[in-house]
Amino acid sequence: MAVKSHNKVNHPGRLGYSFKRHLHERFIELLLFMSALLSVAIMIAIIAMLVKESYVFFQHVSLWDFLTDTQWTPLFDDAHYGIMPLVAGTLVSSMVALMVALPLGTIIAIYLSEFAPFSVREIAKPFLELLGGVPTVVYGYFALLFVTPLLQIIFPELPGFSLLSAGLVMGIMIIPYVSSMTEDAMRAVPMHLREGSYAMGATRFQTAIRVVMPAAFSGIAAAYILGISRAIGETMVVAIAAGMQPNLTWNPMEPAATITAYIVQVSLGDLPHGSIGYQTIFAAGLTLLLMTLVFNIFGHMLRKRYREIY
Amino acid sequence: MQTSAEIATESIQYKSEVKDLSFYYNTFNALKNINMVLHDKKITALIGPSGCGKSTFLRCFNRMHDLYPGNRYEGEIMLYPDDVNILAQNVDPIEVRMRISMVFQKPNPFPKSIYENVAYGLRVRGVKQRAILDEKIETALRNSALWDEVKDRLHELAFNLSGGQQQRLCIARALATEPEIMLFDEPTSALDPIATASIEELIADLKSKVTILIVTHNMQQAARVSDYTAYMYLGELIEFDMTDTIFIKPKNKQTEDYITGRFG
Ligand SMILES: Nc1ncnc2c1ncn2[C@@H]1O[C@H](COP(=O)(O)OP(=O)(O)OP(=O)(O)O)[C@@H](O)[C@H]1O
Ligand SMILES: [Mg+2]
Repeated sequence: MAVKSHNKVNHPGRLGYSFKRHLHERFIELLLFMSALLSVAIMIAIIAMLVKESYVFFQHVSLWDFLTDTQWTPLFDDAHYGIMPLVAGTLVSSMVALMVALPLGTIIAIYLSEFAPFSVREIAKPFLELLGGVPTVVYGYFALLFVTPLLQIIFPELPGFSLLSAGLVMGIMIIPYVSSMTEDAMRAVPMHLREGSYAMGATRFQTAIRVVMPAAFSGIAAAYILGISRAIGETMVVAIAAGMQPNLTWNPMEPAATITAYIVQVSLGDLPHGSIGYQTIFAAGLTLLLMTLVFNIFGHMLRKRYREIY
Repeated sequence: MQTSAEIATESIQYKSEVKDLSFYYNTFNALKNINMVLHDKKITALIGPSGCGKSTFLRCFNRMHDLYPGNRYEGEIMLYPDDVNILAQNVDPIEVRMRISMVFQKPNPFPKSIYENVAYGLRVRGVKQRAILDEKIETALRNSALWDEVKDRLHELAFNLSGGQQQRLCIARALATEPEIMLFDEPTSALDPIATASIEELIADLKSKVTILIVTHNMQQAARVSDYTAYMYLGELIEFDMTDTIFIKPKNKQTEDYITGRFG
């Protein structure tokens, strides 16, 4: 009898149901669910706003003109609403950026994950993170005032504003994102897989390229997609260094506006709210969102197809 | 398994000779002054309680420890007939691994097709001709008793195979480059009894082609497959002899206790 009551006092509900613990768990669960819900809600709100405002825009401009007109001059008397010049500017600058960021980011990741001694990695990683923390406006002026003049030494005909210069600097800016995510993916590959490769007489480089990278494919794809999204959505660098003239061109040596550059330009201007000129930024924004979405969906499909398998 | 009489009548041929081998993980002395031989085209088993240094010893043979900083070897492992010390500073570990291959405890196929897994060692050595690859891959898969099961699905991902098949694939991968010595680190500990039996059978068959050093926790396995057995304890080699001697008449009391199960 005494023993029994003693147990009861010291171990309440040892195997039983603890109401307090249960409540606590439920509360945390709810909190987590609410924060997940919040981010989804914000996303939906953004899309709803863009669609609603774009609807107003498309009452004035037909979708056909929007997609096929080769000029984007909504602020002129002779207004044209063709999104293609902005899309082209966005794609060209992003392409230049990715041609810098993906290869360099990958090489840095391979080096840091597979080759660098511990001490080097400890120094290099914070340095790379710092590179990612520089305000984009600084990169913009770095492109305009340093990289463009440098490029003009090689290409004397390069104008003061160009997609090339903006894209190159944007690429440098994106490197840390690509390299750190790629490196994380590669380092997550278990050691026994690497040892299997070394035991076959493979070199470090062969192991990195033939075994570690395929094993980390899904994580590397995620890194690339993040890089692509950042390039497409980047604003400051292109606004400062690529010029703000919508220009339907696929030549990176020319100045041009991107979708993002156009949006800041109008947002900062003095167009009255509700005017058709002002409404254009929502249609442009929706286009941008759709472009990012397409790349994300594509990337997601790719990752699902080649999921991580160790 | 061979009887002592059979072995005694053969002329003794060493594939490798370990001389005064010590090994350090930084300051931790994991192997202490080991002296032993590997008989050519024979199976040598390494037994001993967990943590006694069996894997550490095995991994000296393909210089696996070179992959991690702070590891240090002392002494020699001579490889014959070349008569070179594979632990020497001027010997490239990659060259060593090209001749001495290894099968791990947990099957570790690469994220590639069955074909490419077996082709790996050949590709790493620069073999490109399809005909040569095809032929060597078929031979390796036949020798690892996997050919019939996979011949129609060579280009499927290796992860689709069962655990036992994956381990046989890893053996095929290690065999494809025609190594002189094969190292096995508890190759069946992650497998069920049936898969284990097929791997054991396979290892016994491989003896005609290659010298084998195998770590095992399973006393019966050591007795079944090996010709020689080495008993290790706390980084030292306690006893090394023909397997039937070790199992029937061990000279050392510690060995006897371990084998008869009186040990921990
Ligand atoms: N990377 C390492 N760094 C430091 N010490 C290590 C390392 N790997 C192993 N050791 C130590 O070396 C000793 C031998 O380990 P080893 O893995 O060779 O034992 P083992 O005989 O293979 O054991 P098991 O049968 O459990 O696999 C152990 O004391 C272990 O703790
Ligand atoms: Mg071990």
